[in-house]
Amino acid sequence: MSHSELRLDAAAMHAAEPHPTQEAAPENGLRQAARRFARHRLAVLGLAVTVALALTAILAPWLMPHSPYAVTAQFSAPPSASHWLGTDQVGRDVLSRLIIAARVSLIVGFATVAIYVAFGTLVGLVSAYFGGWIDAAIMRLTDMFLAFPFMMVILVIVSAVGASLPTIIAVIALFSWPSVALLVRSNVLSLKAQDFVTAGRALGYGTPRLLFRHILPNTAGPIIVNATFGIASAILSEAGLSFLGMGVQPPTASWGNMLSEAQSLTVLTEQPWLWVPAGSMLLVTVLAINFVGDGLRDALDPKA
Amino acid sequence: MVSFVARRLLVSMPVLLGITVINFFIIKLAPGNPVEMFINPNTPPELIEAKKEMLGLNSPFFVQYWQWLLQLLQGELGYSFSSYAPVAGLIQERIGPTLLLAFSALIAGLLVALPIGIFSAVRHNTKWDYFLTGLSFVGTSLPSFFLALGLLYLFALKLRLLPTGGMQTLNGDGGVLDTLLHLILPVSVLAVVVIGKKIRYVRASMLDVLQQDYLRTARAKGVREFAVTHKHALRNALLPIIAVFGMEIPALLGGSIIIEQIFQWPGIGQLTMQSILSRDYPTLMALNLVAAIVVLTTNLLVDVLYALADPRIKYR
Amino acid sequence: MPEPSREATPLLRADQLSTYYPIRRGVWNRTTGYIRAVDGVTLEVYPGETLGLVGESGCGKSTLGRTLLRLEEPHAGRIYYEGDEVTTLTERRLRPYRTHYQMIFQDPYASLNPRMTAGELVAEPLLAHRLAGKGEALRLAHRLLELVGLPRASAGRYPHQFSGGQRQRIGIARALAVTPKLIVCDEPVSALDVSVQAQILHLLQDLQRELDLTYIFIAHGLGAVHYISTRVAVMYLGTIVEIADKRALFASPKHPYTRMLLNASPVSDPRRRGRAILVPEGDVPSASNPPSGCRFHTRCPIAMPRCVAEEPALTGGAHAVACHYPLGGTGEEETHGLVRRETAAR
Repeated sequence: MSHSELRLDAAAMHAAEPHPTQEAAPENGLRQAARRFARHRLAVLGLAVTVALALTAILAPWLMPHSPYAVTAQFSAPPSASHWLGTDQVGRDVLSRLIIAARVSLIVGFATVAIYVAFGTLVGLVSAYFGGWIDAAIMRLTDMFLAFPFMMVILVIVSAVGASLPTIIAVIALFSWPSVALLVRSNVLSLKAQDFVTAGRALGYGTPRLLFRHILPNTAGPIIVNATFGIASAILSEAGLSFLGMGVQPPTASWGNMLSEAQSLTVLTEQPWLWVPAGSMLLVTVLAINFVGDGLRDALDPKA
Repeated sequence: MVSFVARRLLVSMPVLLGITVINFFIIKLAPGNPVEMFINPNTPPELIEAKKEMLGLNSPFFVQYWQWLLQLLQGELGYSFSSYAPVAGLIQERIGPTLLLAFSALIAGLLVALPIGIFSAVRHNTKWDYFLTGLSFVGTSLPSFFLALGLLYLFALKLRLLPTGGMQTLNGDGGVLDTLLHLILPVSVLAVVVIGKKIRYVRASMLDVLQQDYLRTARAKGVREFAVTHKHALRNALLPIIAVFGMEIPALLGGSIIIEQIFQWPGIGQLTMQSILSRDYPTLMALNLVAAIVVLTTNLLVDVLYALADPRIKYR
Repeated sequence: MPEPSREATPLLRADQLSTYYPIRRGVWNRTTGYIRAVDGVTLEVYPGETLGLVGESGCGKSTLGRTLLRLEEPHAGRIYYEGDEVTTLTERRLRPYRTHYQMIFQDPYASLNPRMTAGELVAEPLLAHRLAGKGEALRLAHRLLELVGLPRASAGRYPHQFSGGQRQRIGIARALAVTPKLIVCDEPVSALDVSVQAQILHLLQDLQRELDLTYIFIAHGLGAVHYISTRVAVMYLGTIVEIADKRALFASPKHPYTRMLLNASPVSDPRRRGRAILVPEGDVPSASNPPSGCRFHTRCPIAMPRCVAEEPALTGGAHAVACHYPLGGTGEEETHGLVRRETAAR
C-alpha cells in the first residue's frame, strides 16, 4: 500500500472536533520562556549588564583612554583627570587595563563553557543512551574527575603545562565536564523511558534521530542554565589562577592578576585604586551572569 | 545498608586506581625531569642518560606508573625535590591546619545558612525572602580573594582587631584563643561562599518539605505554625541538608589554596603553592592523591547520610 | 466487517514469548530473581481482526504489546511478522518491519514530543523512512491530520495546545503515516474523557475499515474491548488464560477469571443477570514469584488440589482456555459441581 492509495475521503466522515484553544495564538516554548524571563527583574538587569560588558570587551580599543600596556613615569599614581582610576606600579593606566581585561574574562567564560558543555553533553548522552558497561565505565570516569579538588588540580596542571589563555581554558574545561555529563545523563535516562521516545523507536527512528531530535531538545533547558552558571564560575576560576600568578601572565591584563598586585600591604592600605576596581568588576560580572542563570532557570523550568 | 556501604567501597577502588593514573599522567605532562633538575647543567649528556635509565625514566609510561604504584602501595610517597624531606611527613605536618580551617568553615556555613534558609522558606515570596536570596547570590559571586583582601584591609589593617595572618602570634603563648582569633578571617571568607550556595538549597528543600501533605495535616490538626516548621519539617530536611554541606569539602580544599596564601595559613594549600613554584612534583603528586582520597571518603559519607535520611533510596 | 480467515498466514505470531525484568540485589548487584511480566505467551493475530487483550493492571498486557513490537527485549520465545522471525533482528534490520507494525499509546501527551508541531510529528516518520521528500511529507501530514478529524490549522500547533482527544488523533495520524498493517493500541482511550472515548473508538473502527488495518487492542476494562474487538484474549499474571471469539467469550466464558472480570464490569445484557457471581478473593500475587500450578488458584473460588500442583495448558482450538476445570459455557463440559449449580441458576 502506498500513500497515494490512502483513501483520504474518509476525512469527510469525521467531523472536526471543536478547538478549545483556538482563541490563544500559537505560542511556542521560546516565546513563553522569554515572557517568563522578562518578569524576573534582577535577571533582566543581569542580562543588561552582561550585554554592556560584552560590548565593552568588543569595543575596548575605542573605549580605552590610553594603551593598557604603555608605561608612564607616574608609578602608582592616584586617580586624576588623565588617569581616572590612577596608574599601576609600573605606570600603566588602570582604567584601560580594566577595560581590556573584560576580554580575558569573557573569552575564558564563554570558550570554556562552550567546550565542556558540548563535551559533557555528548558524554552524558552516550552514557545514558547506551547504558550497560559503557555507562558504568563513563560514570566511574566522572567519579575520578570529580574526586580532585578543582582549584588544586587545575593549578597543578597549569603549572605543569605552562600558563596561557588556551591552556587555562582547556584545563578548566577538562575538570568541569563531569557535572554536565551527570546532568545530561539523568535527564536522558528519564526522557528515554518516556512514551514519545518509545514511539520514535516503534516508528523505526535511528539512534541519532532519537538522540538529537527528540531527547536532546527536551533537555536543553537545564543544560543552558547549567552553562550560564558555568560561565560565571569559569570566570572566577581564571581570576583565581591569575591571582595566584598561575593564570594570565602580565603584561596581559586580567582582573585576577590586577588583584594579585594588591597582596602587598602598602597597596592594600594606601592604593585602593589598584585593587578595588578590578575586584568590583569581577563581582559585578559574575553576579550579573548568575542572575541571568537564575532567570533562565525560572523561565525554562517546565514545572514553574 | 551494610551491603550498600560495601558496594560503594568496592566501586571506589577502581576510581581510586584511575585517580592515581590521571595523577601520574598530569605530573608526566610537566616539562623537564627530576634528573635534569638535580644535576648541574655541565654534566655530560651520557651521564644524564645513564642516570635516567637507572631511574627508569626511559621506560614506557605504564611501566613507570607501575613502579610508582608499587612504591605507593608500600606507603612510600617519595621525597620532596626542594626540601629532600619525606613527602609523607610534610603532608602530615600540614594537613591538620587545613582540616581545621575547612571544617570550621563548614560548621560556620551550616550555622548561618541553615537559619537563614529556613527563615527564607517560611517567609517565602516576601521582601525578606527576596533580599536574602539576592544576598546569597552576592555570596556565590564574590571572588574569595577579593573578599579576603577587603576583610584583611578592614579588620586587620584599619581597625586592627584581628591578626593579618598565620595560625598563631609569633612568640605568643600559643593558646587556643590565639588560634581562634587567627581563624576568624580565613574561616569567614571560606564560609561566605558555602553560605551563598547553601541558603538557596536549604530554602528549596524546606519549601519542598513544607508543602508536603503530612505537614498540612499537622497544621490542620492545630499544631502551631512554629512547632510545625521546627519539629516536623526540620527533621525531614536536616540529614540531606547536612549531606549536601559535606559535598562542599572538595571546594573548600581547593579554596583553601588561595585563602592560605593570603592569610599565610600553614596548611596544605600553602604547601601546594610552594611546591608548584619550586616544581616539587613528588609532593604535588602526593598532595593531589591525599586530597582525592579525602574527597572520596566524604562522598561516601555523604551517600551514607543520604541513605540513612531517606529509606526510599534504593541501595544500589 | 469481513470474517478473518484462519487459514491465512498470521500477520503476527508469538511463540512461547516471555519478558522478564531482572531484580538485582546485594554487594555484587547480582540478579536474584525476575519479574515475569510476560511468561510463555503463544498467540496469533490474523489480518483484518481486532484482538482485544484484557486483564488487571500489572498482568503484563502492555509489556506483551511492547514486546510484540520489539520495544522490550524478550527473555525467551519467538516473534514472527508474516512468517519472518524477527525476535533477534538488529534495530537496523528491523526497520523495514517498523513501517508495518505500529503503536498507539495510552497517554497521548507523553507520546508526542512537546517541542514539535503536529505537522512535524506526523511528517517525521515519512522523512525518517525516506518515504517522501520534505514538501511531500508535510502535504501528506496535512492530509493525515484531516483524515483523523483534525482541523486544517492544527499542523502548526504544539501538543500542549490540543485537548486529550485531539492529541490521541495526532498519535493515530503519526502511526498511520507509515501505512501500517497492524497497530497495537495500548489502552488508547483510558486516559480520555468518557465523551471523547467513543469518538476515538469510532475513528479507530472507521480507519480499520478504510485502510484494512489489524488491531491488537489492549484495555483493562471490558467495555471498549467488547465494542471494538472481534476476538479477545484474557491475561492473568503474564499468561493468557482464555482466548476466543468475542461473542463466545462474552456469552460463555470458560475460565473462572474471565467470569470474574465479566461480573466486575457493568453489563447491560439482561440474560446474564442473576447468574452466580464469582467473587475475587485476595490480592494479585507477585509476578516475581507466581503461585505454583495454576497461577489463579490463590484467588479462584473453585480451585481443587490439582490446580495447586499442575499448571494447566492453554488448549481448546478456537475457544482455548487454560483451566483444569473450565466452566461449561456450552453445557457440554459440565464436570464441575459449581458449574452445574450455576447453570441451574440460569
